[in-house]
Amino acid sequence: MIDRGGIVLNVIELNNICKAFGDNHANQNVCFNLKKGEIHALLGENGAGKSTLMNVLYGLYSCDSGDIVINGDVVEVENPRKAIEHGVGMVHQHFMLVPQLTVTQNIFLGMKEAGLFLKMNELEAKVNHLNESFGFNVDPHAVIWQLPVGVQQKVEILKALMREARILILDEPTAVLTPNEVEELFKSIQKLTESGYSIILITHKMEEVLDYCDRVTVMREGKVVSTMLVSETNHDILAKAMVGRDVCLDRIIEPQDRGEVLLKLENITVKNDKCLVAVNNVSLDVGRGEILGIAGVDGNGQLELGEAVVGLRKIENGKMFLMGQDTTNAVPRVMMDLGMAHIPDDRHKKGLVLDFTVKENLILGSQRDAKYHQGLMMNYNKVEQEAKKMVEEFDVRPRDIELTGGMLSGGNQQKVILAREVSRNPEVMIALQPTRGLDIGAIEFVRGKLIEERKNNKAILLVSTDLDEILTLSDRIAIMYKGEIIGMVSPDTPVEEIGLLMGGVKKRTSKGVA
Amino acid sequence: MDALQITNFLASSVRMAAPLLLASLGLVISERAGLINIGVEGIMLMSAFAAYAGSKIAGGYWYGLMVAMLVSIVIISIFAITTIKYKAQQVIIGAALNMFCAGLSSFLYRLLFYNTGRFDDGIAAASFPRVAIPGLSQIPILGPTLFNHNVLVYFSYIMVIVLWVVMNKTSVGLKIIAAGEHPKAADSLGINVLKVRYLATIFSGIMMGMAGAYLSIAQASSFGEDMTAGRGFIAMAVVILGKWSPIGSMLGALFFGAATALQLLFQITGIEIPRNIIMMIPYIATVVAVLAVSQNKVGAPRALGVPYEKS
Repeated sequence: MIDRGGIVLNVIELNNICKAFGDNHANQNVCFNLKKGEIHALLGENGAGKSTLMNVLYGLYSCDSGDIVINGDVVEVENPRKAIEHGVGMVHQHFMLVPQLTVTQNIFLGMKEAGLFLKMNELEAKVNHLNESFGFNVDPHAVIWQLPVGVQQKVEILKALMREARILILDEPTAVLTPNEVEELFKSIQKLTESGYSIILITHKMEEVLDYCDRVTVMREGKVVSTMLVSETNHDILAKAMVGRDVCLDRIIEPQDRGEVLLKLENITVKNDKCLVAVNNVSLDVGRGEILGIAGVDGNGQLELGEAVVGLRKIENGKMFLMGQDTTNAVPRVMMDLGMAHIPDDRHKKGLVLDFTVKENLILGSQRDAKYHQGLMMNYNKVEQEAKKMVEEFDVRPRDIELTGGMLSGGNQQKVILAREVSRNPEVMIALQPTRGLDIGAIEFVRGKLIEERKNNKAILLVSTDLDEILTLSDRIAIMYKGEIIGMVSPDTPVEEIGLLMGGVKKRTSKGVA
Repeated sequence: MDALQITNFLASSVRMAAPLLLASLGLVISERAGLINIGVEGIMLMSAFAAYAGSKIAGGYWYGLMVAMLVSIVIISIFAITTIKYKAQQVIIGAALNMFCAGLSSFLYRLLFYNTGRFDDGIAAASFPRVAIPGLSQIPILGPTLFNHNVLVYFSYIMVIVLWVVMNKTSVGLKIIAAGEHPKAADSLGINVLKVRYLATIFSGIMMGMAGAYLSIAQASSFGEDMTAGRGFIAMAVVILGKWSPIGSMLGALFFGAATALQLLFQITGIEIPRNIIMMIPYIATVVAVLAVSQNKVGAPRALGVPYEKS
């Protein structure tokens, strides 16, 4: 699309892109355009087809039909190298950096300009030059694995810039960043757009779209729902467009009486991986029919606390009681047999065996259960029968129990974990970061299940760094700061006060709400 | 122990280290590119035989070396094609190659040399002579230790420097490291991962061929069935001990060379220890050294042994 002045308005136009993987139509007649100098968000739930579309543009997939127009020319993008030649760079969600190499080595990896014998001083000077131009502050000597993810991401962007990309695709760039890093990232991105770079931001977070982008294209189930100016839209419109129905993440729990105490911690102390005290002398109890939320800024010992409770981390000091029994440093199996369920914070490493099929993942931990056995052998008919029920009840998509866990989207992986844990009919549930990285529909589902379990009179310990989540779900909120419970407040406490507590400021002696 | 014995011990350490060093330098490159090849033992054995046969039949040790390298390239191509192209389990292919080469080398040895008249002029084949470097070899202790060896020894130490430069100072080194650490990243930057892996493997084959030739026509001048006696596996240990670096491998190889030389020294000096126990020294050293290094987790390329599949 060229206007009369001869200025290319759209740097990218994707026309009627179709791409199918077998029966799965990941992209159906998708149209998308990108204007020079804008930040254009591609918003959608996991599996909506955003990444597929961008992988088509970047030459990682070839499309079945449709055409790609870059700077006014129809082009064939067979592979990433072609995309780079056309000035398109992509920062992948999972970084494409070699951890053992330095920043400079990573940036020049595979670039002809680097020559055979590497003149590191010259190359580093080039990196520094880019650094200065865009206000990045990356040490070119640093080895990648020693850098925080926020900096690694900047290296990815530098990599694209060094290859003279003028159009950057950022795939879920904030998934792994802390709030400060997110802010810094968008500052850099804005600086880029001011210099004429155009940005496509793949995301499922509406806040990012509303705060930082110029336009947004919403995708759902492989199709474009609409393209809007961010200035003309709002949270509700976007959520509805994304999920296809009204979404409610408001607090909907009804007051109910707290029953007997099922989980009790007495002055427990736990160390972290570096052998430093992470949880210091913490006492808690969780009763039937309540959700106790543990709030706090990431890294204040919440996760270590959660891991200690489920038996994955040693309790150095203090006592733990589950269902009235002393389970201090009991192995997870004992806890499980007593009725504890566990939604771990890391789906990939602790929640699922990614190479196992969905049905196998669904019975993990229950494999000893007599009902899944016929003599010494597993009774796979029974396993399949139960697994089919579970994927139906927990809406795991696709409904294929033979897929491996690694092939599911994050939301569906979490549903598999939930299905497994809930179907064991536990009394106590430990939920660690249960919605981290999930899209809004899945968040709603997971939270709904937790509320349902509360209604069924289960005791739930919820650890989350997402304060909104804590406020939406908890009956009581414990705030952790540097390994200690610095306050115990009710969910109607002003957010500012909780925020202060999370920052370690103890304004006044907080009232217990127990 | 007198000065002569010490000098002999040092010189034979260097000599014994050379075949391990040649093989482990090859392995460093192919492992850093992401391939684990336990077939090195068999390939060395087959090369040792090929070198002997080449030297004996064609009548010159250079022929022997050439034949050894060619045979080694052919065999390692089987490994490369099955594991890189067809993504077969590397360890299984390696193990298969070991059995195949053990059988084939014995079979061909008997076929080509028993009752064929080729032993009529004796069993020895032409082998690499020592080449004393003028001047330097006259230095006491140091001279005989470092500068009075056959050319393969010199070559192996030159290769340490060459490979150090390649791995640390060139873009080729970056490509190899990227292919072994994060092949997908390499691919996303337009590097042909499979090509890098093929070339790295072929290179390692050439080095293994030399290592095998060293055993039969430099260290000795004859072939014996199973004459590698686990040196291929020790070369793999050397790579671990040397943390996948050329210089580390040199130090590792020298360590095992010294262990082997120590064993020889004990045999010569006639210390009252049963011979079988003495012969265990290098192997025990292997286990101990690898255990010691494994304590800290620095090390193996992340994609070692993992076939690369384009999505």
